[in-house]
Amino acid sequence: MIHFQDVVKRFGDTTVLDGLDFTVAPGERVTLIGPSGSGKTTILRLLMTLEDLTEGFIYVDGEPLTHELRDGKRVARRPRDVSKTRRRIGMVFQQFNLFPNMSVLENITEAPIHVLGKPKQEAREDALRILEQVGLRERANAHPMQLSGGQQQRVAIARALAMHPEILLLDEVTSALDPELVGDVLEVLREIARTTNITMLIVTHEMQFARDVSNRVLMFDSGRILEEAEPDKMFSHPEHERTRRFLQAIL
Amino acid sequence: MTWDTEFALSVFPELLSAFVRVTLLVTVVGSLMAAALGLVWAITQRSLGRRSLPLRWVLDFIRMTPIPVQLLFVYYTFNNLSALTVGILVFGIHYSTYMAESYRAGIESIRKGQWEAATALSLPPHRTWRAVILPQALRATLPSLGNWAIAMFKDTPFLIFIGVLEMVTVARQIGGSTFRYTETFTIAGLIFLAASYPTAILMRRLEKRLAY
Ligand SMILES: Nc1ncnc2c1ncn2[C@@H]1O[C@H](COP(=O)(O)OP(=O)(O)O)[C@@H](O)[C@H]1O
Ligand SMILES: [Mg+2]
Repeated sequence: MIHFQDVVKRFGDTTVLDGLDFTVAPGERVTLIGPSGSGKTTILRLLMTLEDLTEGFIYVDGEPLTHELRDGKRVARRPRDVSKTRRRIGMVFQQFNLFPNMSVLENITEAPIHVLGKPKQEAREDALRILEQVGLRERANAHPMQLSGGQQQRVAIARALAMHPEILLLDEVTSALDPELVGDVLEVLREIARTTNITMLIVTHEMQFARDVSNRVLMFDSGRILEEAEPDKMFSHPEHERTRRFLQAIL
Repeated sequence: MTWDTEFALSVFPELLSAFVRVTLLVTVVGSLMAAALGLVWAITQRSLGRRSLPLRWVLDFIRMTPIPVQLLFVYYTFNNLSALTVGILVFGIHYSTYMAESYRAGIESIRKGQWEAATALSLPPHRTWRAVILPQALRATLPSLGNWAIAMFKDTPFLIFIGVLEMVTVARQIGGSTFRYTETFTIAGLIFLAASYPTAILMRRLEKRLAY
């Protein structure tokens, strides 16, 4: 379970999130939509601890992520503790961010071996199994730069899955891809949604995909949740005029 | 002036000895030291962020002070150290400040997404550096480190300030007393060439190993 409690995020003088509260149930697939700049990326990056939380708390399965309340005071947790909680979360980036100095296989086994302490052989076998899932088993020894964008993104998905996260964050993972490569990546993600119970937070403009995989859609506007609904309702009968206009603009 | 092969051969052992015992020793040990220390400075600066300002000042100060001054200062301050040791220490530390800048540029050339992917995988700092950042940063940095080593090599005649005779100084002395500069400096040049050629090959090998 993910719980945002009174979350405030400021960049200098700009307040991006101002007292945000929301909860995501275990196994739930939630899609975040909203105009550019409405704070969707910031929310995922806060969860991945890539941004400092200005105020408030984020809990993962009841465990505080970066800050906790101790004797009525809000204190930062130690990096080691943060790391332990963070391991439950995986993220796939818009720009893939694979390590170019490693082979596909090394990209995937690096963290299982050096963070989870898995034996090399076991990590390798697991990585190959996951590569099979994303349809790239035969490219295990290739280097990222030898792969197409769509293949790189599937490796990035495999790399996140190899940590066996409970939560997967997907930030516009097909936005940097040529249109003809989008389908394969979405297919892989649909398959993960179908065959696992990983909690997913998805930021995407692929509305059909959002409709197919998510249980709930949150519409953001200026860092606030303007409305939330099941995908069918949100995409067919949004409550707010603003949501309607936004959906019209992207469809 | 005619070329005297016999004379040229006769000065060879003395020049070679000065080259190996001083020039080569100071350059090789000094460069290794500078490369290691420079990396430490660069990583420390990056990890400490703004708190590394005092370290920056010290490094800037060392970089901007002339080598002869540093040689004399260290030589007379720590008079229990041999002149050669002082030479190695001063060259190593002086050039570590330049190499730190090279490493820094290499590290800064790594895109933010690489650090973020490492965080997203919860890689501990030592693994992020060793497995992700440095292999990529060193590729960009290596040629520049080689250039600083060559610069150090060319600065070794400064060792005369603390009474250490390296090859070029010895060659000048021989030339000055025999007036046979041509032979002496030809031999010195050949020794330099013989040393730099394998070094260049070694550097290329190293660069290849870092390629991906
Ligand atoms: N590093 C940053 N520094 C300053 N402002 C930022 C930074 N990152 C994001 N912002 C601002 O935060 C707001 C929300 O951005 P973001 O979360 O990326 O929105 P979205 O993903 O919905 O497009 C935007 O106004 C953006 O300009
Ligand atoms: Mg965004």
